[in-house]
Amino acid sequence: MAEVLMTGNSAIGEAAIRAGCQCYFGYPITPQNELTEYMATHLSRKKGCSFIQAESEISAINMVFGASLAGARAMTSSSGPGISLKQEGISYLAACELPSVIVNMSRGGPGLGSIAASQSDYFQATRGGGHGDYRTIVLAPSSVQELADLTHKAFDLADEYCIPVIILGDGMLGQMMEPVEFKHEAPEELAIRSGALRGAKGRPSRIVKTFTSNPAELEELNWSLFRRYQLIKKRETTCETFLVEDAELIVFAFGIAARIAKGAIRTARARGLKVGMLRPITLWPFPTEKIRELVKRTKHFLVFEMNMGQMIEDVQLALEGKGEVSFYGRPGGIIPTPNEVVRVVSRLYYQKGLN
Amino acid sequence: MKKVYTRPRSLKRNPFHYCPGCGHSVIHRVMTELIDEMNLQDKAVGIPPPGCSVFAYHYFDVDMAESAHGRGAAVATGMKRAFPEVIVFTYQGDGDLAAIGTAETIHAANRGECITAIFINNAVYGMTGGQMAPTTLLDQKTTTTPYGRDKKIEGYPIKMSEIVALTKGAVYIERVAVNSPSNIRKTKKAIRKAFQVQIDNLGFSLVEILSPCPTNWKMSPLESWQWIDKEMTKEFPLGVIKDMAGKKDAD
Repeated sequence: MAEVLMTGNSAIGEAAIRAGCQCYFGYPITPQNELTEYMATHLSRKKGCSFIQAESEISAINMVFGASLAGARAMTSSSGPGISLKQEGISYLAACELPSVIVNMSRGGPGLGSIAASQSDYFQATRGGGHGDYRTIVLAPSSVQELADLTHKAFDLADEYCIPVIILGDGMLGQMMEPVEFKHEAPEELAIRSGALRGAKGRPSRIVKTFTSNPAELEELNWSLFRRYQLIKKRETTCETFLVEDAELIVFAFGIAARIAKGAIRTARARGLKVGMLRPITLWPFPTEKIRELVKRTKHFLVFEMNMGQMIEDVQLALEGKGEVSFYGRPGGIIPTPNEVVRVVSRLYYQKGLN
Repeated sequence: MKKVYTRPRSLKRNPFHYCPGCGHSVIHRVMTELIDEMNLQDKAVGIPPPGCSVFAYHYFDVDMAESAHGRGAAVATGMKRAFPEVIVFTYQGDGDLAAIGTAETIHAANRGECITAIFINNAVYGMTGGQMAPTTLLDQKTTTTPYGRDKKIEGYPIKMSEIVALTKGAVYIERVAVNSPSNIRKTKKAIRKAFQVQIDNLGFSLVEILSPCPTNWKMSPLESWQWIDKEMTKEFPLGVIKDMAGKKDAD
């Protein structure tokens, strides 16, 4: 298919439909409304599909829970404050091992915050977010094309590992238009996932539950989830590296911040500064091993985020005290410019005597 | 010889964990009889809540999935939308359906979701030890209304069935009780109708069941049956609250 010009939010919707998403349940919140509206237009009348504008984010995520129980590919989306409300449901989805896709086009926080693009939900996304001992896969796209590609991948990962997958975008990615190519056609019919609850026809009845009065049973569930998380860490950790081979200074950034950083690094390179970048594409699992490889060669790192410093904690854990880590962040919905990042990079480069 | 009484096929062979005199086991029995009689064992999915009946899946031999507290109507909605052939019922207590799940219930009803809510009203939070429920009667003592429910402080018992009946998507709503053989028979009839409304794709159905909780009411089973008649039905009168089944337009 040829490229089309689309907003990030619409591209997620189209990619989800092409991934075989059958159920979308949403609730209005800026800056992700175009996605809900896209699904209302393109999914709601599709055969075998369902769209509901729910009464709350809590209801929407629980509708996802119900649809996933029945074996459907189901999705919801929101932004910061709404994602907070969905955390209860995400914990239950994780506990019941139900595939599901949750999009967070994040905005400035805390509280109602602002509707401008921000990366303030990194902690919430990567630490499970809700109650209990669980993980979710977190994908962090940095372009509209990648939003589309990772949306498709999110449904596959969710099904493969029976896990909720979070797409952590931001208001800027959601609202901006870029050319995007959709590489998949919507499937005619998806196989019914094994374990789906649709009535016990020709088989014994099934129970999907999390509560138990036996702590040993729950411990077993926790271990079983943990083993799967280890497998996901091993197989699904992805990141992009950019000009790291000879870099004296490596920038760590994710999502839209990485896009800004890339521009800054190109400018810095043109001025002779040996700067590279590592961009985690999966925020959980985090590319810890890759960072440990990089620190063997490069000693200076800059973490650049559109928040007050959240991913930096994962970077520091990965570095285990090796190397020197600096931080530059703009919270609250401020979009830093590439030139601003060039200034930060250059200052750091000369301060550390890397020239 | 004619068999007049047997264990329903869809009732598992597990001893009930419920307290003596509790209404849940009677309601489970009635529902599983209906699931057999209406031939729903391979089509039904039940959504039990957190609460005493969280273990309902030990008894119902149909597909069962536990929901988060109060979210039954939303979970049932998602399931029914994803797979409309399923006959889905929620099984919810008064705290679940009439407090924390108020929004989910009202909006599922208002959308006319073809799901059935079985609403157990025993005027207390049972599993957590007998705290005030939204349906606790005025002056009723609970662990969180130790001086009796005071309307000035705790407000009034909420009539959730009447509220839900105001939504146009709600097709059939009846309040029944399980405190006498004749009331138990009426309960069965009401649930049959509620399931039928769903089978016929007419919209939302809800059966509220006044159910004894002798343990938390601190009564004998017999006293708790009598209390339903004497006190609860004054606040929550039995009978059909809304029945639009068979009418052309639910409006």
